Parts: sequence; C-alpha cells; structure tokens
Amino acid sequence: MQALYGQLVVGLINGSFYALLSLGLAVIFGMLNIINFAHGAFYMMGAFAAYFLLNWAGLGYWWALLLAPLMVGAVGVLVERTMLQWLTGLDHLYGLLLTFGLALVIQGVFQNEFGSSGLPYAIPAELRGAQNLGFMFLPNYRAWVIVFSLVVCLATWFVIERTKLGAYLRAATERPELVRAFGIDVPRMITLTYGFGVALAALAGVLAAPINQVRPLMGADFIIVVFAVVVIGGMGSIMGSIVTGFALGLIEGLTKYFYPEASSTVVFVIMAIVLLVKPNGLFGRTA
Amino acid sequence: MAEAANGALLTVAGLEAWYGESHILHGVDFHVRPGEVVTLLGRNGAGKTTTLKSVMGMIGKRSGSIRFDGAETIRLTSDRIARAGIALCPEERGIFASLDVKENLTLPPVVRPGGLSLDQIFELFPNLKERLGSQGTKLSGGEQQMLAIGRILRTGARLLMLDEPTEGLAPVIIQQIGRTIARLKQSGFTILLVEQNFRWASKVADRFYVMEHGRVVDGFASADLEANKQKLQDYLGV
Repeated sequence: MQALYGQLVVGLINGSFYALLSLGLAVIFGMLNIINFAHGAFYMMGAFAAYFLLNWAGLGYWWALLLAPLMVGAVGVLVERTMLQWLTGLDHLYGLLLTFGLALVIQGVFQNEFGSSGLPYAIPAELRGAQNLGFMFLPNYRAWVIVFSLVVCLATWFVIERTKLGAYLRAATERPELVRAFGIDVPRMITLTYGFGVALAALAGVLAAPINQVRPLMGADFIIVVFAVVVIGGMGSIMGSIVTGFALGLIEGLTKYFYPEASSTVVFVIMAIVLLVKPNGLFGRTA
Repeated sequence: MAEAANGALLTVAGLEAWYGESHILHGVDFHVRPGEVVTLLGRNGAGKTTTLKSVMGMIGKRSGSIRFDGAETIRLTSDRIARAGIALCPEERGIFASLDVKENLTLPPVVRPGGLSLDQIFELFPNLKERLGSQGTKLSGGEQQMLAIGRILRTGARLLMLDEPTEGLAPVIIQQIGRTIARLKQSGFTILLVEQNFRWASKVADRFYVMEHGRVVDGFASADLEANKQKLQDYLGV
C-alpha cells in the first residue's frame, strides 16, 4: 500500500508540472494561436536560471523562484517581439516550425555548454525532511511543489476568468482587431501574455530542478506528454489544462503501480480515446 | 463633395484603402460636424463599412487624410484612435462569446469623461439589465445590437460610428434603436451611420452621403430627401 501512495505522490508531482506547463501552452495558444514547441526549452531554461543564480550570483531557491521566471519570461518577450509577431495571421504550421527550431537551437546550445548529464540543485533547507502521515512519509519539498503549483494554476485561472484583464485576454482571443479598436493595446498584451506563458514554464523548471536535476534535455523529454495533456484538456482551455494536468499525473502514477508496462503510454492511449469521442478535448469549446 | 468642413469634428479627404491587393476606397471625401447624425448610404460593396473601418484604423493599408477634432489620425493605430474619442459598433455586432453580458458591456475602457453610466444605458436598453449574467452570444439579435451599442456609450467617445444597426432586426427593435439615436443626438453625441434602410435613416439623420464604387458621389441634407428621392432610389437600386 505504501508503494501505491508513493506512486500517487509522484503522479501528483508530475501532474503539477503537466498542469503548469500545459497552462502556459493553453494561454499562449489561446492568445497567439501558436503551438509553442519551445515550451520545453523554456522549462529547461528556468531550471538552468535557478542553477546559474545559485552558482554564479549566490542567490538561492527562493530568489530563483522569483527571478528565474522573470528572466526567462523576458527572453520570451524578446522571442515574441523579434520573431513570433511576424507570424500573425499565418498558418499554425509556421509558428510550430519556428518554435520547434528554436527549441532545438536552445537545447543544442545548452547541451554544447553543459553536456547531457544532470547538474545537481539542492532542495532548500526550509523544505528538507518529510511528514509522517501515518500511511506514508510525504517529503516536504514534494508537498510544497504540489500546493504551490495548485495555487499558481488557480490564481492564473482566476485572473483569466474573473478579472477585467482576463476579459480583455478572452475577448482578444476571439476578435483581436475589435478589442484593439476599443482602445486596448493588443500587440503589447500579446507580447506580455507570451512572456507570462513562458514564465510559467520557467517556474515549473525551478520547481523541478531539485527533483529532476538540471539537464539540457529535461524539457524535451517532458514536452510531448504535456502536448498530449493539452490536447486531452482542449486546446486553449485554462481549466482543462489544470484539471487534465493533475488528473493525468495521477492516472500515470496509478498505472505505474497497477500495470507499470503501460505507464509511459497511458496518456497517449487516453489522448487517442478522447480525440475519437470528443475531438475538441474534454474542456474545449466547439467552434 | 468638397463642401466647407470648417468646424467639423471628422473630416475625411481623399481616403483610399486596400484589402491586400484589392483597392476598395478610391478617394472618399466627407465631413461630420459636432452633434450631427450623418448617414452613409450605398449598395452592398460600395465601401461604406470599409470607410468606417478606415476611420477606426482597422484597415492596414490606407492613405489620404482623416482629421478628428483637428488632429490627423490616418497614421494612428486603432487603439490610439479609440482613445482619441471615436468608437465603432461593427456590422456583425462583435459580441464576445466567452464573455457574459456585463463583461461585454464593460469591456471597452472609458477613454474620456462624458460617457453614459451603466444605469443610463439600462434606462435606454432595459433588457440588458435582466440578462447581465447571460453569455453574450445567447442574447437575441435585437438584444445583441443593444449590447453592441450600449458598450460604446460608456466610453465617453464623442463620435459614435454605427454600422448597419438595424440589419436583420424586428420593426419594434428598429424603432427602439431609432429612439435611442435621437436621444443620443439630444445628449450631444455625434453619430456616423452606415445604413441600407434609408427610410428609417431619414428619420434620424441630419445629412446623407451616397457612396458608389469606393467614392462619395452625392450628398444632401435630410430636408432635401424628398426632392432627391428618385435619384437616391437609382443609386440604391430600390
């Protein structure tokens, strides 16, 4: 039974990363109509930013949690301003190819500099140790990742679904030219949205650094599953990303316990079934 | 069409506009004075909607001159034109499906003082108050038109541009919109209408311009409508 609970916690941890990453992808797709294949590279850059901050500037985990998303988010803003903005109105394929190429370049540069093996990043002193829940030991850091991710996801959902800024974002997703004609600087909003989505990926990278080590290909391994999560949740659906991210993490964990051979394919089997039954995803809006 | 435009709130001169390679407007000239209701008439494809969109800065490629309140706006982006005090109610209403009625109504930011309060808008369109929590696109066509007009009244824009506000609506709703325009005129709003229904427009407009093939080809005051009726019917093919 301990093993089952252990796998459930691992599932929730993975679910946290799935949710954070797919949330960023959903925000970017909803607003820019771009399938951001560079998302895994930005996730990796978040973890590396935390590593650099610690080893080059002496700034620890808590600073990294704040600064790494800002730094990588600024890179995202630069990418949107210099490259992605020129793809407005073109087919999805252009954005997909550009961001895919960008991911390869970024990962290649990091691999060239740091090799393929993982760099260690320690759990902050405040979050070491574990809690005895009676039926299992729950590591403090893992509990923190789950709770913090959930809070960030729900806060993002709240901003998008319940605030004025979110109303601008949702409206601009439908008719950007009309929202601009109401006096909103839509191009700036698009840039900042992309930066925010990228910052979410970087935040997930910082959270992952003490668990998964810091590796140039840490995002490449992850991003395919995250895209499956986005498809299952419904492209562009905020709540879909959050719920599906956590749920699929849990399902993966359960599969690891009951039928480990299928644990790496279960997400894709679910994706195939969802696409057959509900092509717009579980939370996707019909056109 | 080169009438004296002294004191005009909006003066459009030699306006040309393109959709991609298609040349749509070929030198449009007209003006709107403060407090006037001016209607652009013309057949489908004459360039009326493109003219409104060009004034609003929503057409990428345009040239000529558009002066609003004395300032040239031809090179401004649409968000800056909106902030200068022009608002557009588009032909297809532009109600956002992902927003409820209240969010749709309060979406355009207030760009300057002088706009209507929500209570004043509900006084004009009582239906909206009862449907505040509904999804915007779940409203009837008439209610959606009220919402589309209501939301630009909040902004404080001095020039309201309404593109075919009566299209596809029941007669009772058309009358209500006519009364609303009359009240807005009384309150000092300046209104530029695009309308196919010139009989309805004759009751609310002070002046008319007729457009053909991307140009303004004629213009007259409302008082002269009867004298120009045959000519107008020829223009509009009715």
